Order: sequence, then structure tokens, then C-alpha cells
Amino acid sequence: MFEVTTVHYVLMGFMIVASLVAIETADLLGSVICVGAVGFALSALNLLLGAPDLALALEVVDVLTFVVLIRVVRTRRDTYHATSRDTLGIAAVIAGLSVLLVITSLSLADLPVFGEPVLRMTKGYLEAGLQSNAAVNYVTSIVFDFRGYDTLGEATVIFASIIGAFAVLRRVGRKHEA
Amino acid sequence: MLAYVLCMVLLAIGIYGMVAKKNVIKMIVGLAVTEYAVNMLLVVLGWRKDGIPPILAPDHPEQVTRVGDTLHASSQFLATTVDPLPQALVLTSIVVGLAVVALAVALAVRIYQKYGTFDITEIRKLKG
Amino acid sequence: MKREGMTLIVKTITRLITGFILLFGFYVVVYGHITPGGGFSGGVVIALALILTLLAFGNRFVEEYALLGQEGLKRSDVLAALAFLVVAVLGYFLASDTVGRVFFGNWIPIGTPFHLWSGGIVLVCNVAVGVKVATSLFAVLLVLAAFHNHRRYNPAEPKEE
Repeated sequence: MFEVTTVHYVLMGFMIVASLVAIETADLLGSVICVGAVGFALSALNLLLGAPDLALALEVVDVLTFVVLIRVVRTRRDTYHATSRDTLGIAAVIAGLSVLLVITSLSLADLPVFGEPVLRMTKGYLEAGLQSNAAVNYVTSIVFDFRGYDTLGEATVIFASIIGAFAVLRRVGRKHEA
Repeated sequence: MLAYVLCMVLLAIGIYGMVAKKNVIKMIVGLAVTEYAVNMLLVVLGWRKDGIPPILAPDHPEQVTRVGDTLHASSQFLATTVDPLPQALVLTSIVVGLAVVALAVALAVRIYQKYGTFDITEIRKLKG
Repeated sequence: MKREGMTLIVKTITRLITGFILLFGFYVVVYGHITPGGGFSGGVVIALALILTLLAFGNRFVEEYALLGQEGLKRSDVLAALAFLVVAVLGYFLASDTVGRVFFGNWIPIGTPFHLWSGGIVLVCNVAVGVKVATSLFAVLLVLAAFHNHRRYNPAEPKEE
């Protein structure tokens, strides 16, 4: 039988191919659907990596991103043809990203091996978690009790971006001057 | 090691989509792919081989030990659980990514309403 | 998004299943400390149920319910965020000395594990964050839909090549 990590690599390969299709295709509706496929595959990968909270959260967030993107794509014309192609610029971007990949691959060898994490900071949370607050789900107890200050910061970021979206779309009530 | 390199490849594809494309919708697609790549890298760092999710189940009594009248997680649970700290960091990051995409889409809708096109080269020519 | 909503089949099915989606969303939020889920994912599920109602029935139907108009949504969003902050600040004054009188100290009495009333501060924060995320995301989509209906772009000439 296959090793369990083979399924992980297959899902990651599918995500890379789907994201390439999403960025390169000329059809805007097709690229939005491919982003939805990338999120779906990532949600399945999260389930296989032992994170059921994240699988649920990413699944519903993927559906909502799809709805929001469809709203902006559907009412316009569906295809987009590049008027001019800036080959020198695109070649420079690809060269720069290849250099980035090579340099980070050299430093990724120092990370712990895939499958053997170093639980240096989590040992305290796992051992004392049930006495300090009797929450059985360790992920939620870390998010809201042990590291609640970071959650307050993230809630502020969500609040700020929603207010930004309101401020951009502010002139809703004006009558259309005919 | 291969898993981390594949995450970085996905990140590079997302950055390419944000930088080298001329359509505003393609830039938003690149932003979404970059967010997925970063979240995936964090979750992949915390996986333990043959690990179980970091949630105690009531029908597996070998995961808790009873000391006095309080419950503690047993050592068998501590030896096989997956790291919950990266998952806690990613859980809020996913919803923040959704809020940022909503803000970007609001900007894109406003751009279309003002200039009539999604192409940034044409928007640069029309000076408002 | 039209102002009147979609066809009769879509409206009937929406009437049948929106209650179940809302119930699932409340379950994911309230039981966030026992089963996978929590405030953030449960809030997005509740927002999806409300967005289904918006898409099927149109803007006018949703805005006539005073609780789902823009003013009501913004108020409940801000109130939930303030409740989260107040719970965090009260930990500075009311926490016991074993936990420590710090920001986010756990001052609500913790119960026994595997029961609904356990986890102290985790349960209250889950509910506050769930309400906040749900109302924020639904309000953004409401504003996006209303924007499209009021200011439609009229192209003078077609823009494709």
C-alpha cells in the first residue's frame, strides 16, 4: 500500500496545478472556479493532517469567497484578452521568484522533518490545559484562553477591513442623477 | 522537506499572480492563492506521523487519567497528538483572509464603476 | 442580484433548509470547546445561512426586517466586539490568584470537562466572536448587493477589443 504521505503529495500537486490554471486562464469565471477547487483540496489536506477545525473553517470560507468573487465576475463580460504582453517584465518576475525558491529551499532543510514536530512550546499547554480551563478542545482553549490577546488583535483586523469595505462602498443611498 | 518546498512553490505562484497580471480579478485570485499557501505551510509544520487530532474524545477512555477528582490528559495522548499551536494560529488567519478578499472585491467593484474596465494599463491612461 | 429574488422553487427550498443551517451554525459556535469548530467557523456558517436568504428573497425583503437592516447589523457587530473586550478586561480585576490577575485571566468558574458549561472564558468568547463574524460578513455582502442595484454602470461604447 501507499504511505500516507503519498496522498498528501498528490493533493499538494493538485493544488499547484489548479492554481496555475486559475492564474493563467483567460476566462474569469473559470479562474474563480479553480480558486474554489484549490481551497477545497486544501480543506481535504487539513483533514488528513489532523486538523478538523481548520477543515470546517476553510470549507465554509472557500464557499463564501466563491460567492463574493462570483458577484464581481458574473455581471461583467466573462473573457479577458491581454492587449499587450510585457515579456521582459514577466521574465524578470519569474527569475526573481526562482531565486527566492532556491534560497528558501536551502534554509528549509533546517526545519524539523515532516512528521516529527518539536512540541517545545505546546507541552505546557497540553499538560496544564485541562486543569486551567476545562476545555476539551485544545485548539479553542489556546485561541481563546492561553493566547487570547492574539485573537483580540485578529478580531480588530477583521473589524478594520469590514469598516474599510463599508467606507469604499459608501454612496449607496444617493439617487442616480439622471 | 518536499512538503515544505511544495508550499513555497504555491506561494511563488500566488506572488506571480499578484505581480505580473494586468487584470484586477487575477490579482485578487493571486492574493487568495498566497493566503492558502501560507496557511498550508503552518499546518504542515505541526503534523505528527500517525497522529490524532488534538481533541479528547469521550468514548476513548485511555486518553484521560483521573488524578484525585480532576482529569488530566494521559501520556498516551501526549505521545500521539498533533501539534495544536499552528492550528490555533491558522484558525483566525483563515477568516482574516476572507475579510481582506471582501475588501479587495469592494475596491474592484468601485474601480469598475468609475473606469468601466478591469485592465490596469487602461486605468493608468485615464486620469480620473 | 435582483431586488425581488429568485424563482419560486428556490424560495421554497430556502424556506425549508435555512432553519437547519442556522441550527448547525449555533451548534458549532456554542459547542466550540468540546467538538471541532468554535466562534470563527460557526460565525461564517451563520453568515452563509443569512446570505442564502438574501440571495433567494432579494434585498427588499431582507431590509424590511428591522433586525437585518444595516443599522441593526452594525449595532450588533459593535456590541459583540465590545462584549469580547469587556470580558477580557474584567479578567484583570476579577481573576483568582492561581490564574493571575492579568488581561484575559479566566474569571468565570470552570466546570467539569466534557460538559457544556466548561471552559470558563472560552464559551463566552466563542459566542461573542461568532455573533461578530456573522453580522460583519453578512453586512458586507448586503452593501455589495445594494451597491450594484443603485449605481449601474452604463457603457457608452463596448469595451472589448
